Amino acid sequence: MQEIEERLLCEISRKGRRAIDLEPIDSNHNRLGVDERQSIGLPELSEPQVLRHFVRLSQQNYSIDANFYPLGSCTMKHNPRQNEKFSRFSGFLNLHPLQPVSTAQGALSLMYELKRWLSELTGLPGVSLNPAAGAHGELAGMMVIHKAHEMRGRQRKVVLVPDSAHGTNPATAAMCGYTIKTIPSTKQGLVDMDLFKASLNDDTAAFMLTNPSTCGIFDPKVKEIADLLHENGAYFYCDGANFNAIAGKIRPADFGVDVMHINLHKTFSTPHGGGGPGSGPIVVTAELDPYLPVPNVVKTGGAYQLVNEDEKSIGRLKSFQGHFGMFTRALSYMLGHGADGIRRASEDAVLSANYIRASLNDLYHEPFPGNCMHECLLNDRHQRDAGITTMDIAKTLIEHGFHPMTVFFPLVVKNAMLIEPTESEPKETLDDFIGAMRQIAEDVKLGDVEKLKKNPISTPRRRVDEVKAVRDLKVTW
Amino acid sequence: MRYLPHTDSDRQEMLAKIGVNCVDDLYDNVPAECWPKGLPDLPTTKSELDVERIFVNYAKLNHAANDGPFFLGAGVYYHHIPATVDYIIQRSEFLTSYTPYQPEVSQGTLQYVFEFQSMVAALTGMEIANASMYDGSTSVTEAALMAKRITKREDVKIFGELHPQYRETLETYFSVIGGNIASNDPDESTACVIVQSPDFHGEIHDLTELRKKCDESGALLIVVVAEIVSLGLLPAPEVADIVVGECQSVGIPMMYGGPYAGFFACSKKHVRQMPGRICGETVDVEGRRSFVLTMNTREQHIRREKATSNICTNQGLCALAFTVHLSLLGEEGLKHLAKLNHQKACKLADALATIEGVTIQNKTFFNEFVAELPIESNDLVEKLAANGIIAGYALGGNRLLISATEMTTDSDVESLINAIKVEVK
Ligand SMILES: Cc1ncc(COP(=O)(O)O)c(C=O)c1O
Repeated sequence: MQEIEERLLCEISRKGRRAIDLEPIDSNHNRLGVDERQSIGLPELSEPQVLRHFVRLSQQNYSIDANFYPLGSCTMKHNPRQNEKFSRFSGFLNLHPLQPVSTAQGALSLMYELKRWLSELTGLPGVSLNPAAGAHGELAGMMVIHKAHEMRGRQRKVVLVPDSAHGTNPATAAMCGYTIKTIPSTKQGLVDMDLFKASLNDDTAAFMLTNPSTCGIFDPKVKEIADLLHENGAYFYCDGANFNAIAGKIRPADFGVDVMHINLHKTFSTPHGGGGPGSGPIVVTAELDPYLPVPNVVKTGGAYQLVNEDEKSIGRLKSFQGHFGMFTRALSYMLGHGADGIRRASEDAVLSANYIRASLNDLYHEPFPGNCMHECLLNDRHQRDAGITTMDIAKTLIEHGFHPMTVFFPLVVKNAMLIEPTESEPKETLDDFIGAMRQIAEDVKLGDVEKLKKNPISTPRRRVDEVKAVRDLKVTW
Repeated sequence: MRYLPHTDSDRQEMLAKIGVNCVDDLYDNVPAECWPKGLPDLPTTKSELDVERIFVNYAKLNHAANDGPFFLGAGVYYHHIPATVDYIIQRSEFLTSYTPYQPEVSQGTLQYVFEFQSMVAALTGMEIANASMYDGSTSVTEAALMAKRITKREDVKIFGELHPQYRETLETYFSVIGGNIASNDPDESTACVIVQSPDFHGEIHDLTELRKKCDESGALLIVVVAEIVSLGLLPAPEVADIVVGECQSVGIPMMYGGPYAGFFACSKKHVRQMPGRICGETVDVEGRRSFVLTMNTREQHIRREKATSNICTNQGLCALAFTVHLSLLGEEGLKHLAKLNHQKACKLADALATIEGVTIQNKTFFNEFVAELPIESNDLVEKLAANGIIAGYALGGNRLLISATEMTTDSDVESLINAIKVEVK
């Protein structure tokens, strides 16, 4: 990447510049009850400066459009541009969430159709589109489970979470007032059934399991786990971050899931935007459907309505009706792919991950040998003795033109490298990536350690001092 | 299928390398009983043109704000968005990158997050700000939870008219997390006092008295701003401990409710209790100024069940839109925009007051206020909507919450006044 320096907005500001011409003000009313503010402290720039500033900043980023971005668990797949175009139609863009529903029938029917797709693909009849992201979906789902126990007359105390779980799972269960009991994984990266059974009792509210798991494995005991939970009056919360391995093929309802969130910004390709916005709808069984958050779009007669109040519902989880701009994109993705395309995409994602696994597992340690789903998990065990860790491998990949894989997650594997190629990458790119990874492993064998430790060298910045960032905390200019 | 690069021969080669016969062999962990019996009741692949036709039809069935006079606010405001904003947020490098976990290749995202935080801090008069929350409602809720952690107290007091959907969100979270919500004066069990200004009815609150009450009881003061353009004209709520709210008004389209971005600003001493991502300045190995996500030990990926919040993905691109628009506006532009909004609202109020039986309820307001009508506001809103005018938000009874922005023209106001006159006759 070329070296680019870009100063802060406040450093290129000069008093008297402006980038927006507004209608002149021809009156001087003041009904504020206070004097007008004198100074704010914002920069002053012209339009060309602002444009250049942000374009230059953009050039310091990697993106899935420009580069392979194999971040495990994050699903950096192609973001079709038709989705961007359609979501910007004025009939969506300039639509206010509190307009009379009679003036928003198109938007409501679109939401209704998206619910139908999510329900068909998961086999679960209840859908709420409200949650803002995966973690917010987890909160919605766990609140629904909390409510269900309350309605059954006795609240339970404990939520089981495997040690391989994403951090949002225990954080969410704790927000709902539950105690977290961690279930260690087996040597195969699966739920330890003995420990699970020993931990399961009538105080267990739910088990939060990611399936396919954060280790990239479909747990073969998943149905048995679900049955055991149900026999004990507990619920199966499935973290659906990895739904993109099975969408269009396997329905979570068929392996016993009670509640699952779906990251539209993963499986259904709404762009990650450098850290959001996401969208995390949840799907639930018929039993749990009455407790879903409000608002909910329903169809009565030929017209669509928004139900804003419902006695049984857990209530409202955010203002308005969810990230509508992500609904348009996700539905556009679904319609473009069709059910057959979605199935094919899942298969290709799994095929590509296994291809990478089979092409690298002679040089990199594979903690859980065997077929994986849409992401393959490796670590640095064969490189560690030479003094090279996952971090060095990740940073060296950048020098080979690739964004690093997810590193140090899941925590069950020491120095994990989680590689998710997605269905979007051609075989040639996979081969280039495999070539780079093999080259790095060979370089380690040849003892080129010092060179690798210096990487990256050609990026806009080299390794940054994270300790200083905390010690000398500076979060504003 | 246009999105999938593998050819059949690619697939065969890859299967051979893996050592399996067909792709379903890779799904051999899936128990036989978990395979679906039939196919989903869903259509197959469609061309871009076919999908476009479907979306054109969905969009056509909506009445957009630019299709007629528009006076609805109530927490979401119809403002102009400069062309530069949408161009920047559609740049591949911003649109299609992930959360900046690898700082060496994410300085673009990290620097704008730092600039976002800086401008939010300047607007609110606070020392620090985070990288964004989901929206106004969850930022208020997270602020209340933070106040509970800091004070180790349970109760929240709401002063004035908090946006009803913010309040409902707070109530939902509190129903599982615990804590009481009331509206009387703070006491020694009060964690925080929450006040929205301008409040849901548009009224602007003097914070001095509330600050005093908070100091006497040891509660934190949380100020909520749902219309952030107002901060171009109103004094910064710098007496607050935490200032939160909604960024939508600057750079983010109404989009039928989202995505928007919540902002979260507070004093530096509370940084360890803050929710969400924070970007900080540091240096790289060559001593160059660099930016990085920092204070991570508060967050779920490190602290798990003891994290300050479960938030992970936030509103990055919306925060970028806000940052670009605010950079374009700058100091004088934001002041001008705010003043223009206020003048338009004052003129609208004067015009409404000329209708017999209509009175303006507010003592103070910025760009939104409550008008008392001689008829039911809900009826009026529905009737005018049928005639292509979005009149405002029916508060129940005869009260209408109505707003004007820089988008409001004299002829919009005239159409509204004439239409109301017909209805109140
Ligand atoms: C397994 C898993 N669960 C939950 C989440 C949280 O989702 P989000 O970031 O959308 O809140 C993520 C992604 O970040 C994840 O990978």
